[in-house]
Amino acid sequence: MSVGATIVFSLVLLLAIVGGAAVLTWFERRLLGIWQDRYGPNRLGPFGILQVLADMLKLLTKHDWVPPFSDKVVFIFAPTAIVVAMMLGFAVVPFSPELYILDINIGLLFFLGMTSLAVYSVLLGGLASNNKYALLGGLRSAAQMVSYEVFMGLSLMGVVMLTGSFSLRDIVEAQRDGWYCIPQALGLYVFIIAGIAESHRLPFDLPEAEHELTAGFHTEYGGMKFTMFMLGEYCGLILLSCMITTLFFGGWLGPVLPPIVWFCLKTFFFICFFILLRAAIPRPRYDQLMSLGWKVMLPLTLINLVATGAIALWMQGA
Amino acid sequence: MIPFLFYMAAAIALVSTVLALTRSNAAHALIYLIISLLAVAVVFFLLGAPFAAALEIVIYAGAIMVLFVFVIMMLNLGEEGDQRERGWLEPGVWIVPAILAAALMIETVAVISMTEGMTSGEMVSAKAVGIKLFGPYVLAVEIASMLLLAGLVGAYHVGRRLSERRRGGIS
Repeated sequence: MSVGATIVFSLVLLLAIVGGAAVLTWFERRLLGIWQDRYGPNRLGPFGILQVLADMLKLLTKHDWVPPFSDKVVFIFAPTAIVVAMMLGFAVVPFSPELYILDINIGLLFFLGMTSLAVYSVLLGGLASNNKYALLGGLRSAAQMVSYEVFMGLSLMGVVMLTGSFSLRDIVEAQRDGWYCIPQALGLYVFIIAGIAESHRLPFDLPEAEHELTAGFHTEYGGMKFTMFMLGEYCGLILLSCMITTLFFGGWLGPVLPPIVWFCLKTFFFICFFILLRAAIPRPRYDQLMSLGWKVMLPLTLINLVATGAIALWMQGA
Repeated sequence: MIPFLFYMAAAIALVSTVLALTRSNAAHALIYLIISLLAVAVVFFLLGAPFAAALEIVIYAGAIMVLFVFVIMMLNLGEEGDQRERGWLEPGVWIVPAILAAALMIETVAVISMTEGMTSGEMVSAKAVGIKLFGPYVLAVEIASMLLLAGLVGAYHVGRRLSERRRGGIS
């Protein structure tokens, strides 16, 4: 793509993500409603979709309050970090053979770097609020995210080994003979769980667990700044679904339909899957979450890593 | 374009490092340090080392600095800590470090002016880094891994509660 086309595509993508995240708030509530045998928001407009607009108006017109006891500059900066990091993460996602913003040979590492930078949003938000609940939420998220980042990175190394490249386009191209979800099933399993923990969504939303920490790191946030946190979280969910599609389910590959449609369909399927997880699984205790990470996830990834390496070497020798 | 981007990233790294040193609020100092690390990652990228740049972000900015912020949160010093820090950062304490840093800078400038073409400008791929690490530098990698293992065992020992240690019969 030329420079002009890339800029236009970036802007379109940006709007699509923000719009998608906004619609997702309504879609998630409707879907949860169906699975929990109730209606969900169905009053405004067809199927209740105008609920998104109503929510947006409500959030925009709220009093934008900065607590006088907080660290003001950091307090305002914190919610932007997660949105910026997640948006930048989309730069390396290949939507189709022609539709991508950036194809660098460290694409996968770029994605991991951006998700690890998103941690600061929660951390600094918790620290700057100068509030006990926010601080506890921030502390929890720091430990949770740093731990699960380790498995998230390691679980993807099997894919990298089989492809021999960090470039996401190469990874998709290498899946023409078979999607990685079968040889890398263990990696996929760990990546999904680590991804949920990393984006701190239910059932792993312990940093904001409202039953014990009121609202965790965003206790003091309201109005637009709270919206930014939520926008970042939904962007993270979309990005995670895009990455699962790209890394394990053949990205844009598929018969008959055009590549971009396949990519969107697969991504949409995983978004629904994550919402179903939210409806189906209760929240674990914090210590259960951490011990699951270090005692189950880490050994699993290491086994996957060693086995994949051995098989890759054996295939090369044969 | 590239030289301009390089100098901009380098300037950001310098300014944010100086600010990180002089802040009295630990959290603010850490944020400047994170910005400095990100700027250094951009410098690495522009010099043709994208893998080093990615590791700089994932490991330094994404993991190590998070732990630093974690410790700051655990200590939760608040205004009291700021005041103590301000007491330590009196103008007098800067004299000796400034002289040492100036000497180091003169040396660095001398070295740079003597050698020509510090980097080839070639892209160093992740594969090239791996081959180097497990080829000529394999001893360094092994020593580092032993050091990390020792650190891990030490942390485990400290982390266990004292009573458990007694019951376990270790010293």
